[in-house]
Amino acid sequence: MYGRKVKLRFLYVTLILVTLILTVYLVLKSLEENVVYFQSPTEIKTLSELDKNKIRVGGMVKKNSININSDEVNFIITDFKNEINVSYSGAVPNLFAEEKGVVAEGFLKDRNFFSATKILAKHDENYMPPEVKEALEEK
Amino acid sequence: MFKILEPNKIFQITSKAPKYILFLFVIVLTIGLTEALILSPEDYKQSDAVRIMYVHVPSAWISLGIFSSITLLSISGFIFKNKNFFLIAKSLAPSGFVFNIIALVTGAIWGKPTWGTWWAWDARITSMLILALFFAMYLIAWRIYEKEEKVFKITSFITVIGIINVPIIKYSVDWWNTLHQPASINILTKSSIHSSMLFPLLLMTAAFALFSLLIFLMKYNTELIKIKNKGLDRL
Repeated sequence: MYGRKVKLRFLYVTLILVTLILTVYLVLKSLEENVVYFQSPTEIKTLSELDKNKIRVGGMVKKNSININSDEVNFIITDFKNEINVSYSGAVPNLFAEEKGVVAEGFLKDRNFFSATKILAKHDENYMPPEVKEALEEK
Repeated sequence: MFKILEPNKIFQITSKAPKYILFLFVIVLTIGLTEALILSPEDYKQSDAVRIMYVHVPSAWISLGIFSSITLLSISGFIFKNKNFFLIAKSLAPSGFVFNIIALVTGAIWGKPTWGTWWAWDARITSMLILALFFAMYLIAWRIYEKEEKVFKITSFITVIGIINVPIIKYSVDWWNTLHQPASINILTKSSIHSSMLFPLLLMTAAFALFSLLIFLMKYNTELIKIKNKGLDRL
């Protein structure tokens, strides 16, 4: 029903698209380490050697782990398998709280201790009014 | 099928439509803003900062939708050698670009009070920036190249390369660790956004879609007038 030229052009566009998708897939696969914004405590634990550069660690702030001193905030980031201790001096974002997502940027002292230079709060995809949250917690 | 339609006949419809669309847009936007800024509840965690979502999310959706549309139109235009498809794509692009920028800017404004940073080079935000660059390239290409054949080919090529980025934007939050939160609205599973907040979100999306339609019609009418002035009665 369509002319030969039309079919050829269709094939041409399809080939370009398939080639591009495969190329981008391969590039992203090989760059995976750099595409992720942060690493989890488990990934830190399994590092073959300690990274001297600035890195980001993300996960949940462990319950009852926040300890605020005069000039330092200490807390534990957990991914429910492994944890890492974080120390930070400075102001934390408003949404920073226990059992909430957090991303800490800074340097690894060792596998269990992280010295943060910046704290970012990561919020989840749940949106609801406070009353609904309370009702959910009562259940 | 578009070849049969004369520009005059299309123009009769598209030149009258904008005033009705504008009327509808103003109504939906008024209700949408009232719902989003006053009537909808605050979030349990973010309190009033959540209201930025009602501008941020619809803008991002519309810009992604428009980029997908102009890609589809450009490819169809290229395969079926139809000029009208290219003109529709050209007229759609500016509002897509504007909403892309709005999404990036409101994202930054939302990020500061919630995350604690204006900008993060995470996968979602960076891929959205790349989309804005593709929109810019697409729009500039239309201005640079004078010859029709050439501009059709080059703009199609830009959209074909850029469309690869669209699924990356959509799934970046699922594939990699990002600072950006995952999608709240899923077609297959239950949405993680409360209905009292979902309603204004959908209203604002409708308002923005109407606005895009309005800008599209204005741009498209200009294209039709240009063709008429050249003395061509067929597309």
